[in-house]
Amino acid sequence: MHGLSLAVAAAKVDTGDTAWMLVATALVLMMTPALGLFYAGLVRSKNTLNTFMMSIGAIAVALVTWAAVGYSLAFDGSGSLIGGLHNAFLHDVGFAPRAGMTIPHLVFFAFQTTFCIITVALVSGAVVERMRFGVFLIFAALWSVCVYPVLAHWGFGNGWLMGHGTLDFAGGIAVEMASGFSALAAALVVRHRKDYGRQALLPHNAVYVLLGAGLLWFGWFGFNGGSGFNTGRNSVLAFTNTLLTPACTLVVWFLLDLVRGRKVTAIGAATAIVVGCVAITPAGGFVSPGWAMALGALGALPSYAIIVLRPRTRVDETLDVLAAHGTAGFVGILFIGFFAQRAWNGISDGLVYGNARQLLWQALAALATPAYAFCATFLLLKLLGLATPLRTSEREEAIGMDVTQHGEEAYASGEGAILVTPESGLEGPRPVAQPEPA
Amino acid sequence: MQHRRELAVKLVIGIVRPEKANDVLEALYRAEVRGVSLSRVQGHGGELDRVETYRGTTVQVGLSEKVRFEIAVSDDFVDRTIDALCEGARTGEVGDGKIFVVPLERAVRIRTGEADTAAVTPVGR
Repeated sequence: MHGLSLAVAAAKVDTGDTAWMLVATALVLMMTPALGLFYAGLVRSKNTLNTFMMSIGAIAVALVTWAAVGYSLAFDGSGSLIGGLHNAFLHDVGFAPRAGMTIPHLVFFAFQTTFCIITVALVSGAVVERMRFGVFLIFAALWSVCVYPVLAHWGFGNGWLMGHGTLDFAGGIAVEMASGFSALAAALVVRHRKDYGRQALLPHNAVYVLLGAGLLWFGWFGFNGGSGFNTGRNSVLAFTNTLLTPACTLVVWFLLDLVRGRKVTAIGAATAIVVGCVAITPAGGFVSPGWAMALGALGALPSYAIIVLRPRTRVDETLDVLAAHGTAGFVGILFIGFFAQRAWNGISDGLVYGNARQLLWQALAALATPAYAFCATFLLLKLLGLATPLRTSEREEAIGMDVTQHGEEAYASGEGAILVTPESGLEGPRPVAQPEPA
Repeated sequence: MQHRRELAVKLVIGIVRPEKANDVLEALYRAEVRGVSLSRVQGHGGELDRVETYRGTTVQVGLSEKVRFEIAVSDDFVDRTIDALCEGARTGEVGDGKIFVVPLERAVRIRTGEADTAAVTPVGR
């Protein structure tokens, strides 16, 4: 709970808190491969590995940039817009707790690392099935330095929003709205897949999608339950709300599916789980369980609407990161402004409980975050696009990204494959992407 | 049993890239060719092998995924069927596929028992 840490006097390490945060960190790290699975099921089979690898690539790249400078830019000092470089390369990040915390600074760093990683992976959903893998890695590196740490500083790291009392328990600002609106910008710059709007581009494995969503929900208990950095009341509240909210989103999603198409869909259910988890992310430790359930029900509506309407446009924001994360994060952040309750969170009331000022600062966060995320990502990709093509050729896109980007297939049969050994005398590798002239 | 026929029936077999299958279907639709069977096959037709690596194992994959269209048409539809297949499937690269046309001994529509040309003529034409 990012809002309260300064109020408590410098504390020593608490073993219970530390034990929970170690587990929570591992849970959140697992969410990124889970997201990879979720995304991989939503694309066509020829792009399975590439889509999954974007999440794995995010772990690799964002973890390194985060340890190098990202963490420091987010959490060092109390500058209004961005942190300093004192903690770059883990300088002074050791066993002693940060001011007001009861867990080692190293554990806090590790926990925050996993947040940066999954946020980068989330953005990949906008550009799958067409963006070159190497260029995505460069983008991931730039984005994890230029966009995520800035918003993390605003929302969690004593930046201007947090300083003015904006409440964001687990990342409605830096994770959910940041990824959603960055995804929109990325989809606009990278442009739509060549077959978008011409052919039905269907999810190839709904079981992956459901399993991925289930693992995400499981990991989200660490994500939200760990964002109090202890085992106190707000953490317990956030943990239980993470159970309640997605269930309500699921029920409403089922009803919307029934009303619209007379059938409850599996991929809709997987989406609803994510939407519910996102909605409760910012509000988890601040609203009562009852309001958390209301948030789940309410949060389903705008995300559902965008998921239905977006494919009718030319914007190929392929895996609907804006609808699932940007929109539900926006709803969650605003919801705090209305329904936060000091009796439950010990910090602040919302408008309904007599504190209109809270709504003002929530609304400001809900405007400033999308603006920065969208503009910064748009610029970043436009500049990157000047240096190198962002997407593969139409031919490679047609063959599939797994073979052309990775030289592997998700569902290789081995039929007709000849083993290449140094002695076999076969000619050197001839990737199908760069054939010799016939 | 003797069988009289006015027009011969041909089976047009088109083997195309899977990623062009949708374009072929569209082209066939525009050419008003309606009855189509489609299957996934693996084949090799002189295109370059692709090399894949799984951990320490490098393989040269000689068989490529293809989609096989089978279209039974009356004689006067053969040319436009071939044109549609070519139009939909061509990329200009090696591996675009082949078209084979073979004569059919007999064709029967199961529902009505109609034979030959009548059997391959779409309902309502």
